[in-house]
Amino acid sequence: MTRELSRRAFLGSTAALSVAFTLPRPAGAATAKTNDPAEVDGFLSIGPDGSVTVYCGKVDLGQGLRVAIRQMAAEELGIGIESIVLIEGDTRFTPDQGPTAGSTGVARGGVQIRQAAATARQALIRLAAARLDRSPEDLDLRDGLVAPRDGGRSIGMGDLVGENGFALKLDPKAPLRDPAEYRVVGKPLPRPDVPAKVCGTHAYVHDFKLPGMLHGRVIRPPSVGAALLKVDETSIKAVKGARVVRIKDFLAVVANREWDAIRAAGMLKAIWSDSARLMGHGAVRDALRAGPFIAEEVLKAKGDAAARLAEAPPAVDYYWPVQSHGSLGPSCAVAQVGNGAATIWTASQATHKFRPTFAALLGLAVDKVRLVYLDGSGCYGMNGHDDAAADAALLAKATGKPVRVAWSRDDELGWDPKGPPQLIALRGAMSPMGQLLGWSTEMWLPKATAGLPNVPLLSPEAAGLDQPKGLVTGLIAQNGDPPYAVADLEVKVHWLADAPLRPSNIRAPGKIANVFAVESYFDELCAGIGLDPLVTRLMGLRDLRGVAVLSKAASMMAWAPRPVPNPKGDGSGRGIAYVHYKHSETYVAVAMEVAVDRDTGRIAVKRVTCAHDCGLVINPDALKMQIEGCVLQTLSRTLLEEVTFDTSRVTSTDQSTYPILGFAEVPHMDIELIDRPEQPPMGGGEAAATPVPAALANAVFDAAGIRLRTVPFTPERVKAALRTL
Amino acid sequence: MAALGKPPIWPYTADPTKREAPMSGKPASPGKPVSKAKAPALLSLTVNGAPRHAAAADGDMPLVFWLRDELGLTGTHLGCGKGECGSCTVLIDGEPARSCQTTLAAAAGKAVTTIEGLGTPQAPHPLQAAFIAEQTAQCGWCTAGMVVEGAALLARNAQPGRDEAKAALEGHLCRCGSHHRVLRAVLRAGGREPS
Repeated sequence: MTRELSRRAFLGSTAALSVAFTLPRPAGAATAKTNDPAEVDGFLSIGPDGSVTVYCGKVDLGQGLRVAIRQMAAEELGIGIESIVLIEGDTRFTPDQGPTAGSTGVARGGVQIRQAAATARQALIRLAAARLDRSPEDLDLRDGLVAPRDGGRSIGMGDLVGENGFALKLDPKAPLRDPAEYRVVGKPLPRPDVPAKVCGTHAYVHDFKLPGMLHGRVIRPPSVGAALLKVDETSIKAVKGARVVRIKDFLAVVANREWDAIRAAGMLKAIWSDSARLMGHGAVRDALRAGPFIAEEVLKAKGDAAARLAEAPPAVDYYWPVQSHGSLGPSCAVAQVGNGAATIWTASQATHKFRPTFAALLGLAVDKVRLVYLDGSGCYGMNGHDDAAADAALLAKATGKPVRVAWSRDDELGWDPKGPPQLIALRGAMSPMGQLLGWSTEMWLPKATAGLPNVPLLSPEAAGLDQPKGLVTGLIAQNGDPPYAVADLEVKVHWLADAPLRPSNIRAPGKIANVFAVESYFDELCAGIGLDPLVTRLMGLRDLRGVAVLSKAASMMAWAPRPVPNPKGDGSGRGIAYVHYKHSETYVAVAMEVAVDRDTGRIAVKRVTCAHDCGLVINPDALKMQIEGCVLQTLSRTLLEEVTFDTSRVTSTDQSTYPILGFAEVPHMDIELIDRPEQPPMGGGEAAATPVPAALANAVFDAAGIRLRTVPFTPERVKAALRTL
Repeated sequence: MAALGKPPIWPYTADPTKREAPMSGKPASPGKPVSKAKAPALLSLTVNGAPRHAAAADGDMPLVFWLRDELGLTGTHLGCGKGECGSCTVLIDGEPARSCQTTLAAAAGKAVTTIEGLGTPQAPHPLQAAFIAEQTAQCGWCTAGMVVEGAALLARNAQPGRDEAKAALEGHLCRCGSHHRVLRAVLRAGGREPS
């Protein structure tokens, strides 16, 4: 394995135009390496010099996992993070820890590695105890040495672990260090990739080069599902070295330089069939209610909600539109296929999961396919990166050369798998004292296909290659019920057979829309009775960690009970919303101050406060960064974003048609972390996104007396709502 | 049957006032080499202080591809390729310019500074140091463009305020939501309390 990595480092240093592509070099003996997550050697190797390599199946997508994983391992091993080489998401070297999704990087990936490190510490102490003739209780592992706590002779880690590694099963009961003695975990250590990112030397998959590598550009059809009727290959002859690759409806050009591939793709004359199989974005909302459905499922039922709500006002609808990942840079991948094997360098969040997919796509055995994670442009779910990897793989197979594929902006926004639309109807009853008496949630959602390995990829589809068909949406029905005490409850989902555009999981799948609906409607009920929304929430909570985050976020805004809407009547308002993520993970409350301009319909978010409790905090600064990202990205999605499409194609393919938040709209933000070292560490990459839309909608109601139930909150929608007052 | 509706080969913004650098002479039509009789065989420009030469035939190539592919300066990131996101921003004669909207021909005879030319992790530009201190980057795709734009702001305004920083960076997009820290970094580099 060392040889393979050395080869890649070598390629990096000799390919004249390539950046220095020196991947971390694993320590330890090749014979000990395994990818088995049940083995300590799956996650850790220790070199003769005491150097430590950690193998992590989850990857850093910009969220700071690169420092957090090191901190968790370093703490148990008693070393500093700078002593750890980290290898991420390489199917050859890392155990399969599942996709980097669902806010599980630290909560599952990190916890597993921490346990491996704790097992290793225990083993090292045991080994040293025998060698030093001391009792294991007398010894500790610090700074690479097992040494008696009272001083005396010590032994280095590298002297204790031989060529055969640990050869030890991961012990789920191996004791962890006492949080009271933490030296590394909980510190705001800087992320190791930031200096290179800031100075332009960080290596992305886009920068990866192999000798003889071609640049590919896929020509997507003008309409979704169109057939390729005719290609004029002579139309690109002006571009030196460019050639056409066609496999059924898969059409691409390859060339020696990226610019040549782009020029050739632009010049290529092709004739496609007409296709009009889309419904158009304006029809989506009605289509969700119309079906066809494949199942109806009651997710939660308690008491008799129907009877309790017999006298309640009719249900109100909340709608979340189709949205794009909107990654800023192009999806990109590099593939090398030949000699019965394939290697794909990809920014995928799920290298292990896609390994069998690419094996099938290329007609290779799974163990002959290697996916190597390299950083890409931001990833918030399955965006276009995996499609780009399939593009590159098909082209590398067809040409016999390594191929790099990078998408265009139009393809990125037009063809990335989309966050699915959601329709949520809510009905409830609240007592005059603010107790929830009854609650009903009805959802209309595309159903994820059971057992489907991944989102069907574009290129295999166009090339007529077999791949499992179906939908991937993420766990989009969670958090559809209120987190407050309620006597009678029903949560029901109508599962749709299809989605208007190819769907995938996008940050906090479904839960942003569900919490938007639930936490907005809770305010509607409070407003109907004239109760303060904060006080009413606090009364309904049975979980003190929830009480803590709500109180904190509100106090950061100096919240004092008063009537809603704001009696000041000057267009300013405040709102608050709360989530217990997935009803089992992170607790977040977000409060917001806004100003609504009645003339322009513009909503200006002035200030956001957030209190966040995800249990043990591994790195408070990286966590705050994630929370800031959750807040700003979700403000963007709530205020601005809807994918538009006609019956043939996506029409929102640039900043004017699919705008995202700019600097002008950035509010002041204050974030407080509630660290609970005695609790397990939970995720920080998603939860804080979910209360944002409701906090915003509640603040807009407070400011202007209008209830926004359809995203995005465009000025037109605001003005239309104001006209109904 | 439907012919593919042809977008322009490269989406230079339609509005010439939004072009980042003036076109020198007539733009070559895409794919057509610049006539050797009219143009010199080489285009010369300075990149990060060093003289560089490009084939005149590549005069219509957007600068970003040449920097990345020919010079290996991969710190300049191609984002949208439409002049909308700012990821690819470089300095041309000290002024921020979008390298996806600037052809090699337009950059000829000028001095280009890329993110690599501002500083290194070992010897960072003061704004790079501030970006590091504020731990600004998430995925980092937009970061270099913002650093370059911010460096130009600091060159003309040594102590920008938050609103001035916002205005200077308005044309720069970030999807991860690093804006808050970017603003703090610019204020910090100007010696202000980053609030």
